[in-house]
Amino acid sequence: MFEIFGIPSNALFGQLLIGLINGSFYALLSLGLAVIFGMLNIINFSHGAQYMLGAFVAYLLLQYIGLGYWPALIVAPIIVGITGMIIERTMLQWLYKLDHLYGLLLTFGVALIFEGVTRNYFGSAGLPYVLPDSLRGGQNLGFMFLPNYRAWVIVASLTVCFGTWFVIERTRLGAYLRAATENPALVRAFGINVPRMITLTYGFGVALAAFAGVMAAPIYNVSPQMGSELIIVVFAVVVIGGMGSILGAIVTGFGLGGGEGLTKVFFPEASNTVIFVIMAIVLLVRPAGLFGRRA
Amino acid sequence: MEQRTAEPVATPDVQPAAWRTQSATILFVIMVVGLIVAPFFTYPLFLMQAMCFALFACAFNLLIGYVGLLSFGHALYFGWASYLAAHAAKIWHFSPELAILTGTATAAVLGLLAGALAIRRQGIYFAMITLALAQMMFFFALQAKFTGGEDGIQAVPRGFLFGLIDLRNEMAMYVVVLVIFLAGFLFIYRIIHSPFGEVLKAIRENEQRAISLGYKTDRYKLVAFVLSATLAGAAGATKAIVLQLASLTDVNWPMSGEVVLMNLVGGMGTIFGPVVGSFVILLMQYKLSIVGEWVLVIQGVIFVACVLLFRRGIIGELANKLRIKL
Repeated sequence: MFEIFGIPSNALFGQLLIGLINGSFYALLSLGLAVIFGMLNIINFSHGAQYMLGAFVAYLLLQYIGLGYWPALIVAPIIVGITGMIIERTMLQWLYKLDHLYGLLLTFGVALIFEGVTRNYFGSAGLPYVLPDSLRGGQNLGFMFLPNYRAWVIVASLTVCFGTWFVIERTRLGAYLRAATENPALVRAFGINVPRMITLTYGFGVALAAFAGVMAAPIYNVSPQMGSELIIVVFAVVVIGGMGSILGAIVTGFGLGGGEGLTKVFFPEASNTVIFVIMAIVLLVRPAGLFGRRA
Repeated sequence: MEQRTAEPVATPDVQPAAWRTQSATILFVIMVVGLIVAPFFTYPLFLMQAMCFALFACAFNLLIGYVGLLSFGHALYFGWASYLAAHAAKIWHFSPELAILTGTATAAVLGLLAGALAIRRQGIYFAMITLALAQMMFFFALQAKFTGGEDGIQAVPRGFLFGLIDLRNEMAMYVVVLVIFLAGFLFIYRIIHSPFGEVLKAIRENEQRAISLGYKTDRYKLVAFVLSATLAGAAGATKAIVLQLASLTDVNWPMSGEVVLMNLVGGMGTIFGPVVGSFVILLMQYKLSIVGEWVLVIQGVIFVACVLLFRRGIIGELANKLRIKL
């Protein structure tokens, strides 16, 4: 063990690690927001609630049908993604021609419904989610102790983030998607079913949030308000990074998570607010966001 | 927001009836008379609270309805004004009118700072920035010593208005709140119908064109933002004196959502909509307090239903049906 600026390396890197974990959730969520915004022109306020639902579905799968962590990592995002697609088909699709703000208001209502229902059935207190045996324990790296699960979360979210980036930027499907974002009418004229693509995009964005939720379940308690607290920070992350670039969302998410972790070490009182302060500074210096284009 | 798609109000070919041209005045008189007689029939405390929220909602409507800016962080001004007013009255022993002024001034300053940042981005980003800034100030309120953290500031003395009138008397307090509410309401009405208000509406309809006509739209937006924050602050400060309480609920994001809901239900961009909306929502909360947490679900359902089916809100629909301006 050694010290950096008078802080034991274990504490420093431990907080940095927690920060990066948060950062991976910021990255996954802001990525989903950006993908949804690109196709639907809607800021999905219920994103946090859908992240929370992912955690709850994983919890319920474990409690009631004994489905463990690994299957839940696949099944929960699919279930939440399907509910998302139902929401898109029954509600969101009527709003595309209206001002963006109505989408925000509608999804805000949806978030309230999800949060209210889970609060009624599970209370506000958190429910513990038991870690799978295969991910218990950790490695001693000399300068810090690295719990296996945390390492897994970072690796998994990085993989999913870059997978998403790859699909959107480097595949034919992604090309359709980007084309439909630019000019849906023209893409439809080429015989591509754009409305279905929009539905699937929303489902996918929501599933990303649920995936983050499942990964968060063993780290934080599963609680109804876990999403609403997170989504506001993610909004700040999105304002900082801009929604124009997928890599931008990933880099901003991880970077801000790490920065937040370091703040916890050096100036703990500000750890809740540091991202908002950074947002204010970015707005002053680069109003369009770090990776954004001027709207 | 809706205006661009809404069909223009048809011009009647005969001289319009007096009640049509004077509809706003008539409704205003009805509202004033109603608020004067109401305390004899129902709880004055409920009415006072409702008027505070009505002023809050009207202040919010100034932005969303007339400049087209959706602020999702208006709890910031409402809540911090209420903290400062409560603190001024309780610790500094200010008289109630000075305490309310202190709270209102605080909101004006916060509105200037947050507004200057938020107007640097448009549309959906504006909503996210205002929400994030409000959340930042929520954390300050949570950590700061003077706000009392989870307890809030309790047992705020109502004190003596101008050192003379004892506001512990429910009727005296009621008159004060009524005067503040009506003053705020008329002030907003005046803003909307001034040349300044016309420019705001021009920005709402087409900001690019307003810029090309030579208007410095950023300045107009900022002034409108500060006015809206200040009036929201006046509402929050008054609420702190009336309920003798300032708490975290007032600065947290669900409060910002609530004021949006009040506007949505009543009708954004109508003068009376926010008033009606806030009374409806508060009444609902009182009546539904037995169902506990389901209130959140019900609010969510109202949000969804309003956005999908009922975007004009109660007053907006009424005005549309009767073809009058309200």
